[in-house]
Order: sequence, then structure tokens, then C-alpha cells
Amino acid sequence: MKILVCISNVPDTTSKINFTEGDTKFDTNGVQFVINPNDEFGLTRAIWFKEKQGATVHVANVGSANTEPTIRKALAIGADEAIRINTEPLDGFSVAQQLAEVVKNGAYDLVIAGRESIDYNGGMVPGILACLTEMNFVNNCIGLEIEGTNATALREIDGGKEKIATSLPLVIGCQKGLVAESDLKIPNMRGIMMARQKKLNVIEPIAIEASTQDVKFEKPAPKSAVKLVNADNVDELINLLHNEAKVI
Amino acid sequence: MSVIVYTESENGKFKKNAFEVASYAAEVGKQLNTSVIAIAFNSNENQELGNYGVSKTLNIINNELEVFNAKAYADAIAEVAQKESATTIIFSSSANAKYLAPLVAAKLKAGYVPNVIAAPENTSPFTVKRTAFSNKGFALTQINTDIKIVGVSNNSFGVFENSTSTSTEDIEVTLDSNSLITKSVEVDKLVGKATIADADIVVSGGRGLKGPENWGMVEELAEILGAATACSKPVSDLGWRPHGEHVGQTGKPVASNLYIAIGISGAIQHLAGVSASKVKVVINNDPEAPFFKAADYGIVGDAFEVVPALIEKLKDFKAQNA
Repeated sequence: MKILVCISNVPDTTSKINFTEGDTKFDTNGVQFVINPNDEFGLTRAIWFKEKQGATVHVANVGSANTEPTIRKALAIGADEAIRINTEPLDGFSVAQQLAEVVKNGAYDLVIAGRESIDYNGGMVPGILACLTEMNFVNNCIGLEIEGTNATALREIDGGKEKIATSLPLVIGCQKGLVAESDLKIPNMRGIMMARQKKLNVIEPIAIEASTQDVKFEKPAPKSAVKLVNADNVDELINLLHNEAKVI
Repeated sequence: MSVIVYTESENGKFKKNAFEVASYAAEVGKQLNTSVIAIAFNSNENQELGNYGVSKTLNIINNELEVFNAKAYADAIAEVAQKESATTIIFSSSANAKYLAPLVAAKLKAGYVPNVIAAPENTSPFTVKRTAFSNKGFALTQINTDIKIVGVSNNSFGVFENSTSTSTEDIEVTLDSNSLITKSVEVDKLVGKATIADADIVVSGGRGLKGPENWGMVEELAEILGAATACSKPVSDLGWRPHGEHVGQTGKPVASNLYIAIGISGAIQHLAGVSASKVKVVINNDPEAPFFKAADYGIVGDAFEVVPALIEKLKDFKAQNA
């Protein structure tokens, strides 16, 4: 089984978000970049398939040379090979189009991508990729078993879970729950050393016109101060929620 | 030219978000000076959409589509959108809508913007405001393609009555057998309980509650308020509560009218995930907890005293206001 894990290079979850160039660009100054958390759950599951079922795991990223430390981290965690499509991402649709070329040329059985990236929150890469490559697709995937070409996936739905039967070739949009948080791998020294020897292929992008474009960014307005209510006066809280906020 | 809206139903009845996206579509229709067509699957109450500005509902009747199937639903929506020369297609932010919209976008080569929180700022170029960076920022995003797809954030635009003369047509669509390869075999869903996605009120507990055995009062408070229960990341990581309850940046987003956080300090990741809630209440014994800076109302105190007192007083309040 040949697996491709699509990874996005995103600001660490603790990052403060600022904008620059007249609020038209995300300010990367002082920001620590990591593998998108949703993608990391997928990568860990892919490594599990490698260890238990003899799969080969490639990772792909659409980005400039700046993303290579994040790609190396994925290799240090255990991916066999990496592909970087050498272009700044335009939007989710264009990222999926670039990845679709890699998928079509690589004869992958399983493609794993996070359900959304925590920066631009488009949530469209796995779905568009599945459609462009005519592969089966399960989104919000929190469980995946593969036997031969049959796949059984667990999908989170509003208020519960759904078990889905499908088959390879398959794209999943994965999220927390696909593997336990405690099973996420931290690269060890041996992995980091080995990652330096692994292949990182840089390929040139296809020409794409962006379907969408962020023209301006804004930060949330500062919050007014909290109204504190005395702990022995919960009646006052109920009064405020009923008469002032009108939410109960 | 038309505006198409996907109105989600369950067991023949429209879900709450259907009326919000219909209201949104009506506003877009007004701006573009065109009518709104709703697409529903096996729904029984299509006249209802007329109350929110929909002038025609195309109800797709098909036994194979009784259970949600993303690919087949996307095929059907794309087919209808093309037949009706749709220029704009509106989706909600439910799990199913977010599953479908990218598939429709790819089929129609349409630019898709999710998490939109307001009516379009401009229709030429078509520009919408959306959340980005997990609610730590907003983006004004322009869609450049002929067909535009907008995903509306739950509970952001609101529901507006707009009585319109409306008609319903039952239609059939072509089914591609390849789309039915991926199928639902079992659904495990809480029945009769509010879900985090739909609830007006969400009551959430954190590590300050010390252990899973103390969740009784969280559940009781939620029950009195008709609320959904949720938890912080450490609580789900420790296995005190199921993953499905984790709200925050890497968990579920919350966009309720009221969010009550009990024993949650308010890490930046948690705040990002819940900031779309309209009113936030914090109960925490640490006055320095960062959540107090992001909340509207707060009580500094021991949750094990405050919550039971709140439950008792709310029972009285509910009895008086029933």
C-alpha cells in the first residue's frame, strides 16, 4: 500500500496572530511553524500502517523552501520520502490542484490530509483532491482500518459517529481521534539523523489561477472588561443573562 | 441566474441551520436581484422555506439518498445548480455541509469560501467576510470564479422571516453508481440531546473539575438549560470525557448564544475555538485565569459551590418563567 500524507506548514497553536503590509498579509515575524495538527494525526496513522501492514509513506507539501524544516520533521517521525511543490499556496482550491498532480503521478492507494488547516481554515483540500483524482472520500475521519482494498472508516458527525464502508483508492480528511493524542510521535535523535538522508524531491508547480483571494485581514475587536458577579450571588448572574444578555 | 441554497433536513424535517442559510440566500438574492432556489433531499415540509425568502424548493426524492452520502449529494447539487444556471450556492457549516461543499466546488470549478459571518460586502467583485486563523482573525475574501460557493458560519447571520410566495417541485437526479461505493453502515448518535453544533447554549467543563466523577453537576446544569455538554482538551486527552465533546482549536468549534466555562483556565487554543459564541460566562476559582479576559460575565469562586447553587436558582427561574 502506498500512502501520501499531505501536510500543511502552519503557525503553532499558541501563536498570536498579527497582520502586516496594510493588513493584507499574515505576519510571520516571531511565529513558530509546525505540522498542521490535523495532518499530524494522519501522519501518525500512516506510520502505523507502515509498521503493521508494510505500507510506504510519502509526505507532500505545497510551499516555498521555508517549509522544509516542517517536512524534515515529518520524515523524522517516520515518513519514507517527501515531495515539496515549490510555490506559495494561493488558496485551498489551488493547493488541492497542485496535490492532485502528485497523486495522479504517484499511484497512491490512500491519501491522508487534515480536515482543515488551523491557519486559513479552508477545510477543502481533501474533498477537492478526492474529486479531482476520482478517489473515494471520507471526511472528519476518526478511525480507519484497511484490509486488502476494503476500508472501514469512522466519521464524526454532529452529535455522534458514523461507520462507513468504502474501498481504495481513498482520500480521508482526518482530525483528532484518528489516533490517540498520546500516540503522536515526537522525533527522536535517530529519526532526525535518518531524516537528513531521506529524499526530499522538489517539483515545480502547475500554472493555476486562484479561485479566491484574501484581500484584507482584520483582528477581532478588543473585548470589553468582564462583569464579575459575587460567588454567593448567582441570582445576579441569572438576572444579567436573562435581562441584559437575553440568552436564557 | 439564480441563488441556490442547500437546506439540510433530517427525517424529513429541516434542521435549524436550514432557515439561517435560507435567510442568507434571500439576502444574496436581493443583492443580485434574483430568486432563491432551495435544494432539499426527501424533505416533507418544503412550504416552510417560503417564510425565509425561498421562492422555489426542488425536493430530490430518492430512496438511495435517504441516508446522507456526500458524493451522491454533491453530484445532485451540482446537477441542479447547472440546470438552474446558479451563480451562487450557499451551504451551512454543519459537518455534512462542510463535507459536501468542496466536492461541489471541484465539480463546478467554483471558488469556495467557508466560515462566512456576514452578507456579502460587495457582489462585484464578490467579497465576503469570514473567520480565519481559528477565529483569531477575519479575512475579507474575494471569489473570482463565475460560480461562487459560500459556507455560512453557524449562528452568525441569524434567521430572518421574509414571507415569499413559494412552490415545491419533487425532482429526480442521475445517480452514479460509483458515488454509492462509499456508504454509511452504522450511525451511533445521541437521540434527544442537544449537540454542540446546534445548541443555543453549551456548558463546558475543564480540568478544574478534578475528575470525571464530578460531571454530574455539569450535565444537570446543561439539562436545565437545554444545553449541550462540552469539555476542554486536557479533559478529553485524560479520557474523562469523549473526544466528541472537546471544543477548541483542534476540537469542535462552538458558536452558541451562551457558552458557560466551568473550571477552564482559557488557553489561547481553547479561546480560539469558542470565541464565536455570543455570550461567555466563566466560573473559576483562579481570578488570574486568562478566560476572564475573554468572557462577558464571570464568577471567581469554587465551582463545587457555585454550580450547585446556580442549578438550584435556575430551577426556580425556569419554574417562574415556564
